[in-house]
Amino acid sequence: MKLSTKLLSATAIVGASAVSAAELEVTHWWTSGGEAAAVAEFASAFNATEHTWIDGAIAGSGGTARPIIISRILGGDPMHATQLNHGRQAEELVEAGLMLDLTDVAEAEGWADVVNPSRLLDACTLDGKVYCVPVNIHSPQWLWLSHDAFAKAGVDVPADWFEFVDAAPALRDAGLVPLAMGQQSWQTSLAFGALMVAVGGTDLYIDVLTNKNADAAASEDMTKVWEAYAAARLLSEGSNVNDWNQATNLVITGQAGGQIHGDWAQGEFQVAEQVAGTDYTCLPGLGVNEIIATGGDAFYFPKQDDPAIEAAQKELASLMISQEVQVAFNLKKGSLPIRGDIDLSAANDCMQKGLAILAAGNVLPDGVNSFSADTAGQIDDLTVEFWNDTSISVEDAQARYVDIIASAD
Amino acid sequence: MAVTDTGRMDVGAKRPSRLFKNMTAKIAAIPMIATALVVFIGCTAWTIYHSFTRSRLLPAPDKWTGLQNYDRLWSENRWLVSIENLAIFGSCSLVLSLVIGFILAALLDRKIRFENTIRTIILYPFALSFVVTGLVWQWLLNPDLGLQNVVRSWGWETFTFDPLNNADIVIYGILIAGIWQGSGFVMVLMLAGMRGIDEDVWKASRVEGIPTWKTYIFIVIPMMRPVFVTALVIISAGIIKVYDLVVAQTSGGPGIASEVPAKYVIDKMFGSQNLGLGFAASTMMLLSVLVVLIPWAYLEFGGKKER
Repeated sequence: MKLSTKLLSATAIVGASAVSAAELEVTHWWTSGGEAAAVAEFASAFNATEHTWIDGAIAGSGGTARPIIISRILGGDPMHATQLNHGRQAEELVEAGLMLDLTDVAEAEGWADVVNPSRLLDACTLDGKVYCVPVNIHSPQWLWLSHDAFAKAGVDVPADWFEFVDAAPALRDAGLVPLAMGQQSWQTSLAFGALMVAVGGTDLYIDVLTNKNADAAASEDMTKVWEAYAAARLLSEGSNVNDWNQATNLVITGQAGGQIHGDWAQGEFQVAEQVAGTDYTCLPGLGVNEIIATGGDAFYFPKQDDPAIEAAQKELASLMISQEVQVAFNLKKGSLPIRGDIDLSAANDCMQKGLAILAAGNVLPDGVNSFSADTAGQIDDLTVEFWNDTSISVEDAQARYVDIIASAD
Repeated sequence: MAVTDTGRMDVGAKRPSRLFKNMTAKIAAIPMIATALVVFIGCTAWTIYHSFTRSRLLPAPDKWTGLQNYDRLWSENRWLVSIENLAIFGSCSLVLSLVIGFILAALLDRKIRFENTIRTIILYPFALSFVVTGLVWQWLLNPDLGLQNVVRSWGWETFTFDPLNNADIVIYGILIAGIWQGSGFVMVLMLAGMRGIDEDVWKASRVEGIPTWKTYIFIVIPMMRPVFVTALVIISAGIIKVYDLVVAQTSGGPGIASEVPAKYVIDKMFGSQNLGLGFAASTMMLLSVLVVLIPWAYLEFGGKKER
């Protein structure tokens, strides 16, 4: 009897305090070492308020996590907040009224004035209403190089992609894999996009990805991109890893010369306590065309019935975009902050390069922003098939690519 | 009370037509019938209908597009590779698990010592999920950790066995894991069937001087027909829906070399947010099951009248 009374009173107390303090379940796919360190910054900042962050990390990168997140929202079991890439991934969920409208918070805090580049907020906006919080800028067009590997091969660290290709035979002779590449399709697709910017140039990139111009996709410049891609696939033979951080680890340990990957690879170098410029080099735009895309991550807040939870969701939203949290999070993540009015002098060499490019305005729209998930999936399929099957010729691959672009939406 | 209730019902049910016979049993079956109609038939019809629409992330019953999804499905390389892989994986795993299962069962049936222990060991993989099986075999087939490394350490330096990174044979790497997992279960089914065969049959064949292997092939197998049918149905169902094994072992790679239809459906429905295309693919999967099932059901149930 005594015990049950105690339990009852305990539940009453918990119940009473739950009115103000809410527990928010937050799903995301940040599971590698550097990513987990970054997301912990969000969690500890949120736990410092009266609310509690319940971590719902989903392993296996966006390709695995996104379907789980979306099916939970559609299935009527929504989490309280979730990471998604901004752009069109959540478009239909927003249209169906499943996401919380954050316009009042955004207007009260003047997000429109602080978010830089403003395109990031546009990607969160539908019919004049704001539905997500951009938290960082990630650009996929980077080449990461291991100083150790090039020292073993006895050649200088390349300054751009073409020098890298020339140095590749020396790496092979030294028994190293020139280019590390994870087997998941989004990684081959990412490398393709990076080569397209570097070899094909900005105009081609925008013409194909934003204007969906099939003629541009069939052009000779595009053939050059496919040829460069065909050469790149030969450089990765022997790197039989699956996840991107395993591929990055090959570069960190000097078993591979380089990796074409997004700037989130930076977090892994940081966890391994390597120093940019002395242990590794990063080349934005593969060193050829110093321009970056402004994709990135955003948090969406699925609609809930409970007003207390809704208030906590809005609190979390404004916390994520606040200056201190932006600095702490992005330093760990290796990504660029989404607001221009903060001090990032603590950032390392690679982040400074990114910030300089951002300040100069050399940005392009990201593929995620202009292609639907369906078209992006088709390109993923094509690139991963091409990358792994050397019997597919450049002509065939380009013809299939033109078909995809022609029917893209 | 319950007894009198049923009694009264039986009395009342005798006069009207056959429809009202066994009312209690029929009422009891209503939930099951409703489930079958709504869940199986209803959802299947819903899926097939939506495969003709331009449904993206959400079902859009009003955006009719006709056969467009099917057109695209059959022009996609990844779907064709998936179908081919399913055909290879399906036929090999059907034949091999039946043959291996039967041989193992026949060996155990010879009244050997430690039968229980051996049976448990062989059945044990079946207790593991496909995800665990896939991971275990991913490690075993990893050239730096698994089989290849072991054989090389024995001194055979040029030995190469790396199926999971070779697009031409990757599906056989998955097949090995599938058979390792499933053949124990087939063995147990077969063993149960063999134990059901009358000892007198064996005595008679021994008196006639028929060799043991001939007895198995010409007498025991025909007598075990129901067991074979059961095993066949269970194995085929497992083949069509194979998904987790592939995801855990290769995630469809290298490239798209080990993709399977079920994975295509999931990826298109949720990854690419194209429900219409995913539904079209799952309708094709259903169709392929029906193509196998209808002739079999015709033979199995249609033939009975003649007997």
